[in-house]
Amino acid sequence: MPSDVNKGVAPSSKPKFWNDPDKRAMLFQILMILTVLGFFAYIISNALYNLKTRGITTGFDFLDQSAGFEILLHLIPFDATFSFGRTFMVGLLNTLLVSFLGVIFATTLGFVMGIARLSDNWLISKVATAYIEIFRNIPLLLQILFWYVAVLQPLPLPKQSIEMGAAFLNNRGLYLPAPVFESGFGFVMIALAIAIAAVVFLFRWNKKRQDETGQRFPVIWVSLGLLIGLPFVVYLIMGSPMSWDYPVLKGFNFRGGATIIPELMALLIALSVYTGTFIAEIVRSGILAVSSGQSEAAQALGLSKNRTLRLIVIPQAMRVIIPPLTSQYLNLIKNSSLATAIGYPDLVSVFMGTTLNQTGQAIEIIFMTMAVYLTINMIVSMLMNLYNKRMSLVER
Amino acid sequence: MKKITSLAAASAIAIGMVSGAQAASATLDSVKDKGFVQCGVSTGLPGFSNPDEKGNWQGMDVDVCRAVAAATLGDASKVKFIPLTAKERFTALQSGEIDILSRNTTWTQTRDTTLGLNFAGVNYYDGQGFMVSKNLGVKSAKELDGAAVCIQSGTTTELNLSDYFRLNKMTFSPVVFDSSDQTVKGFEAGRCDVLTSDQSQLYALRIKLADPSSAMVLPEVISKEPLGPVVRQGDDQWFNIVKWSLNAMINAEELGLTSANIDSEKDSADPSIARFVGKDGPKGSGMELSDDWAYQIIKQVGNYGEGFERNVGSGSPLKIDRGVNALWSQGGFLYAPPMR
Repeated sequence: MPSDVNKGVAPSSKPKFWNDPDKRAMLFQILMILTVLGFFAYIISNALYNLKTRGITTGFDFLDQSAGFEILLHLIPFDATFSFGRTFMVGLLNTLLVSFLGVIFATTLGFVMGIARLSDNWLISKVATAYIEIFRNIPLLLQILFWYVAVLQPLPLPKQSIEMGAAFLNNRGLYLPAPVFESGFGFVMIALAIAIAAVVFLFRWNKKRQDETGQRFPVIWVSLGLLIGLPFVVYLIMGSPMSWDYPVLKGFNFRGGATIIPELMALLIALSVYTGTFIAEIVRSGILAVSSGQSEAAQALGLSKNRTLRLIVIPQAMRVIIPPLTSQYLNLIKNSSLATAIGYPDLVSVFMGTTLNQTGQAIEIIFMTMAVYLTINMIVSMLMNLYNKRMSLVER
Repeated sequence: MKKITSLAAASAIAIGMVSGAQAASATLDSVKDKGFVQCGVSTGLPGFSNPDEKGNWQGMDVDVCRAVAAATLGDASKVKFIPLTAKERFTALQSGEIDILSRNTTWTQTRDTTLGLNFAGVNYYDGQGFMVSKNLGVKSAKELDGAAVCIQSGTTTELNLSDYFRLNKMTFSPVVFDSSDQTVKGFEAGRCDVLTSDQSQLYALRIKLADPSSAMVLPEVISKEPLGPVVRQGDDQWFNIVKWSLNAMINAEELGLTSANIDSEKDSADPSIARFVGKDGPKGSGMELSDDWAYQIIKQVGNYGEGFERNVGSGSPLKIDRGVNALWSQGGFLYAPPMR
């Protein structure tokens, strides 16, 4: 029948293009895009014009000028003779360092506490509840200042450091012995790489074998043995090609070894503890979202409690957990910019703080900083979405 | 046809908005309209800009703003003080949030030439120094190799410090804070061995310590720090007003005019004084000010020397010596162009 209706319409009476909803929608969208582009073009040209009339230097030439100031913590070589562009990299790496470690610690803490809150053990579940309720409800900035001012600053001065074996703790930071790699250590690294490859292969082989025969192999213990044993044997064969650089009190401070500055410790503790509470709640809700019939069925099949959690509950809970977990990671990365309150040299403090002040180029620098946070968070979201896709229920 | 005219109208408006931003340069008119001067000061630095127990701002830098208010509005109290950290200060001035930045700001080439700002003179000649805890047993800055140093972010201090240590082949670890308060707290808590800043600030910050006698200022001065008021570039009239308000305070000291004696000296036969109080000479017309603008400054704020003694000198807890901040005729650097 519908084909008859079409035939009834004469080709000459084709509707005008503004009466065609598809074309009209297209037109409006083009107009909308043009308006938005025009708006941005206008504000950018306006800003450039005003900056010029007020005699304010613009452009990105400043990135090549030498910085002239020092930064407390730098993961790549840096001193005052390096460029402002380098200060950007140093700040960025410091932000990534605290974000990366923060995500790992917060996730670990969150999973442990989330599962603990569901524990049948009264004490464990109450401890987890207390932790979540306390740290979730205090503003993050206050927590950062608490760890920095109230916990780490009252530690003793370097000369009265707390000694922990070869490590020292004082109000300037935690001083640890640093490994020094000598020639021949490369072989140990190669051995480690081989061990990792072997473990990956072992896991695949075990899964395949279990699928086919139902037999299981103690992969965990064998892999641990491979990962530790193989590099260790090579290490001994090569004649222990590694020594330790111990921190020594010399003059005002400890020299040598590796230092973890109190600003990093305070920020990392505060970020992990704060974000951990939210992750704990997400984990708890994820686990509760798996219907109890699932665990009952698993128990009926004779799976132990531990394996029920690991094989049945958590894989299904992950589907609920991952999307809100992603937002917590993004929050943690953005919150790391509170570092500036205690002087941890992150991107905001170093680049948007000192560099902006020494060059005065606010617009360029703020734009670059915002673009960096946007990029980092987009990448994190993308990776988490990929992971989410892999974890989602495969329907057959 | 109708479409074309509306397009033309729209673009005319756009062009008008772009060029309209250029004309907004008469700071004096906006100050007179508002009825007060917006002055960017520090977040609290005794002797330079610090609120007293009643909440009134006091200090050398505050006096400059009060002088400008007295000259332009005839009332030194018509100033709105906006506390700014070192990081915020230039943006606040560039964006028009404040009319004058008077916040112990060092005059440097970069700041004067690339930020769209103008320095209107020097109201304090300073130099960077170091403060250490007495029990450290350090007598000279040359012994500071390996020290942890507390600094305020966004200052010339950060740059001078690394120049000095590099030149003397010493190392240090910088601990950078946003405000001078945080810097002092970090120093007090022992996070760093050394606090570095302009010498005048070190004396000011030292009295903020729980026990000021536990710290000492080392003798070395490692840089030139001419501090002065700053205005936006492109408004010469306002630039002149700030520059000459400061000059008037210095000239008044040279002429012996004080807030106490200016009423009796006003009718003096001295031609310089007659020009100063606006009975003769250029008066205020070149800056669109009243003829007695300089008289108002001295009457309400006082001359440079009075301000110095009251804020940082013998009349204050800081007890800073006049030193290079004395008049040129008394062995210092202060030399204001004549008012004629």
